[in-house]
Amino acid sequence: MTPPSALAQTPPADSIEPRIVVEKLNAYFNDFHAIHDISVKIPDRRVTAVIGPSGCGKSTFLRCLNRMHELVVGARANGKVLVDGVDVYDRGVDPVRLRRHVGMVFQKPNPFPTMTIRENVLAGLTLNGVKVRDSEALVERTLTQVALWDEVKDKLDQSGMSLSGGQQQRLCIARVLAVEPSVILLDEPCSALDPIATARIEELFSELRERYTLVMVTHNMQQAARVSEYTAFFYMGDLIEFDATERIFTNPKETRTEDYVTGRFG
Amino acid sequence: MASEHTSRVYEHELRTVREKVVLMGSLAEEMIQKGILALRTRDTELAQTTRRVDRHINRLECEVDELCLRILAMRQPVASDLRFLTTALKIVTDLERVGDMGVNICERVLELNEEPPLPDAIDVSSLADESLGVLHEALDALVARDVARATALLERDDMIDEHYAKIFQHVLVMMSRDPSAIYRATRIQSIAKYLERIGDHAMNIAETVVFLVKGTDIRHAKRRGDPLMDSTPPPPDRNGPAVPPRK
Repeated sequence: MTPPSALAQTPPADSIEPRIVVEKLNAYFNDFHAIHDISVKIPDRRVTAVIGPSGCGKSTFLRCLNRMHELVVGARANGKVLVDGVDVYDRGVDPVRLRRHVGMVFQKPNPFPTMTIRENVLAGLTLNGVKVRDSEALVERTLTQVALWDEVKDKLDQSGMSLSGGQQQRLCIARVLAVEPSVILLDEPCSALDPIATARIEELFSELRERYTLVMVTHNMQQAARVSEYTAFFYMGDLIEFDATERIFTNPKETRTEDYVTGRFG
Repeated sequence: MASEHTSRVYEHELRTVREKVVLMGSLAEEMIQKGILALRTRDTELAQTTRRVDRHINRLECEVDELCLRILAMRQPVASDLRFLTTALKIVTDLERVGDMGVNICERVLELNEEPPLPDAIDVSSLADESLGVLHEALDALVARDVARATALLERDDMIDEHYAKIFQHVLVMMSRDPSAIYRATRIQSIAKYLERIGDHAMNIAETVVFLVKGTDIRHAKRRGDPLMDSTPPPPDRNGPAVPPRK
């Protein structure tokens, strides 16, 4: 699969098999109704960007996809989130196992400070008591996937904190990949990185999209335009528009989307 | 556009582009009006002063180009702003060409004014009215972002082409009857051709307005697949059409 290009036209989202189907999703923080009746189909093995002003519910939406929202005291959600046809809110679903299947990368790189680079890569497995048959091969494979292997292969026993911010973020992505997810959620993954580190991570996304479904919250609209094939625009807890990214940034259907992407929200 | 940008500086930059494009349009229109007036009244001085307006139009074209490039580089505009800036770059090219046609009209007027008037005058006034009419309407549709007006305008191109063909026929007849009129008649024919071309530029602007507002590219829509249809049909000869009508 080729990365998105300005030369290629993205097919309509509904023409691609969805990996995630969200139906009438509502999320709350105590009495505050954070997102309202969200229904959307996230296409498989594509990058979907979620954009919107602060407080619009985009991070809450993302965190509902792997049930991290409910970790906040007073937070709850209802509705359906089907990942590979299974509703993640079904009683029988183990949230810990779900989060291995639907991994999350955060805004600030967060390698475990007391662990080495090698241990960080394997942390998702070892902390869950999973025995790894050939851990060295797994470490090399995942660090190669995130284009970090050549930079760290001679210092795998050093602390993950010894790496630069961009390298730490790639290490965190490697940690997610090591547990073999099918979906990777990214919550402003480059906002703490410089432009070169950002470009490396964005390049990595174009590799990852061949195997994984990526959903990325970003405040950087140029990044959404560069990296994603589809974009969802949230405003005040509502999903205003979901369409091909090229459409959102050239000729959106909704006035509120137009106002936001052109910088007309005062 | 529903509201103003959060950044007032950006808003001001876009407004400046808009104002310069509109000013270019009104100057181009004025040039053609005065050029035709100079033709009708044989006013050499008016033709000379009108010709100089083109410098102003050319300067505005460069200013709009530079401003658009700067905004594209520094603001990374999207959606309607992106369409506006890219269409502004196209529209100023059309308007600059209209200005050049204005210069050409004035030059032909100056040449004609060196000669005695033609005994059998060839009237280009109504063709000038039609061309100026569509140019004015295209610029109004641009300012009002009015797709309906822009689309309606496109129907008038064939009428202008036909009108030009009639003038061409008239010129041919005149030259064949009176060879001493050839020099003057060809000047009139050139002016008619410039007016017909101004109509074409107005059509380009109208098509651009549709893209600006709706994001739909309608250029060459009825002509796609037939590149020959992009050119103005040749004028008929005196015995009828020069080529059989296309089926």
